[in-house]
Amino acid sequence: MRIVLLVLLAALLCVRAAFAIDPTTLPDPQQQARYQKLTHELRCMQCLNQSIADSPVELAGELRNQVREMVVAGKTDDEIRDYMVARYGEFILFRPRFSARNVWLWFGPAIMLVIGAFIAVRIIRQRSKLVEQDNEPLEEEAAGR
Amino acid sequence: MKNRFIIAPIAFAVLALVLLIGILRAPRGERIIPSVLIGKPVPAFELPNLTNPGTKVSSKALQGKPYVLNIWGTWCVTCRQEHDTLLKIQQMNEVPLIGVNWRDEDTLALQWLSDLGNPYSQIAVDREGRLAIDLGVSAAPESFLVDANGVIVHKHSGALTMEIWKRDFEPLIAGRAPAGS
Repeated sequence: MRIVLLVLLAALLCVRAAFAIDPTTLPDPQQQARYQKLTHELRCMQCLNQSIADSPVELAGELRNQVREMVVAGKTDDEIRDYMVARYGEFILFRPRFSARNVWLWFGPAIMLVIGAFIAVRIIRQRSKLVEQDNEPLEEEAAGR
Repeated sequence: MKNRFIIAPIAFAVLALVLLIGILRAPRGERIIPSVLIGKPVPAFELPNLTNPGTKVSSKALQGKPYVLNIWGTWCVTCRQEHDTLLKIQQMNEVPLIGVNWRDEDTLALQWLSDLGNPYSQIAVDREGRLAIDLGVSAAPESFLVDANGVIVHKHSGALTMEIWKRDFEPLIAGRAPAGS
């Protein structure tokens, strides 16, 4: 019984591979790796929350073709990203680029952290000063002497 | 130490204001991704002419007069909804409509035109979707207004309506027509 189950599970694993959306394999493993990486970081413009590697939509397939052709033609990753951004805008990149427009998104958290740290340090300093000033013995202590 | 009690409400008010501005400025359309192609030259194309086999539809030949590129396909339901508006726009004769038949079959496309009427002055066949990719098309229908210099001045995603045409396209056509024409 257990063996039957195992065989069934193994069969299911194969099914998953057979239903993979993108069966592309490029002869050059290095190109294949780049192709995989790029298609995973480009957004499918019709489905919004999938990469073109994961989407069964036709447009995603066409963009994968485009990426494959450019990889095979020897274009660099940046050239391929530029090509996509020139047509679909920054939105197609899952990993947004650094630009003047989004600079505060990149640095905002760090700036907030610095401001927060500054305020915290000031408060702590002020409070420790209070402790230094308040060096009168407590009533009970005084009474004990 | 009084200002400690003032800073918090002020900070809150500033944050609320920033968020409010963000909400008010957010576009309320169905799609909010701006086209990066506005203000850029229309990508060069030379594609087979659907209704006139053997000839080509090319960006070069079209240059010199404003025109509208309309991406459509017979598989596209919204294109069918849009079709009547396109016929009306064609009747107004303000600007030629150039169809881009996207990822379609010629026989189906020709059947569609004979059934519903042909609003286009020329139709380019983009079977593999190359021009659609160059135009950054994510879903049909999309319409691009190209001015006399071959620059894309406006893009509309989704079905055109008369209201949208009058509001977004006509002012740009009137303003961009070359003098003396």
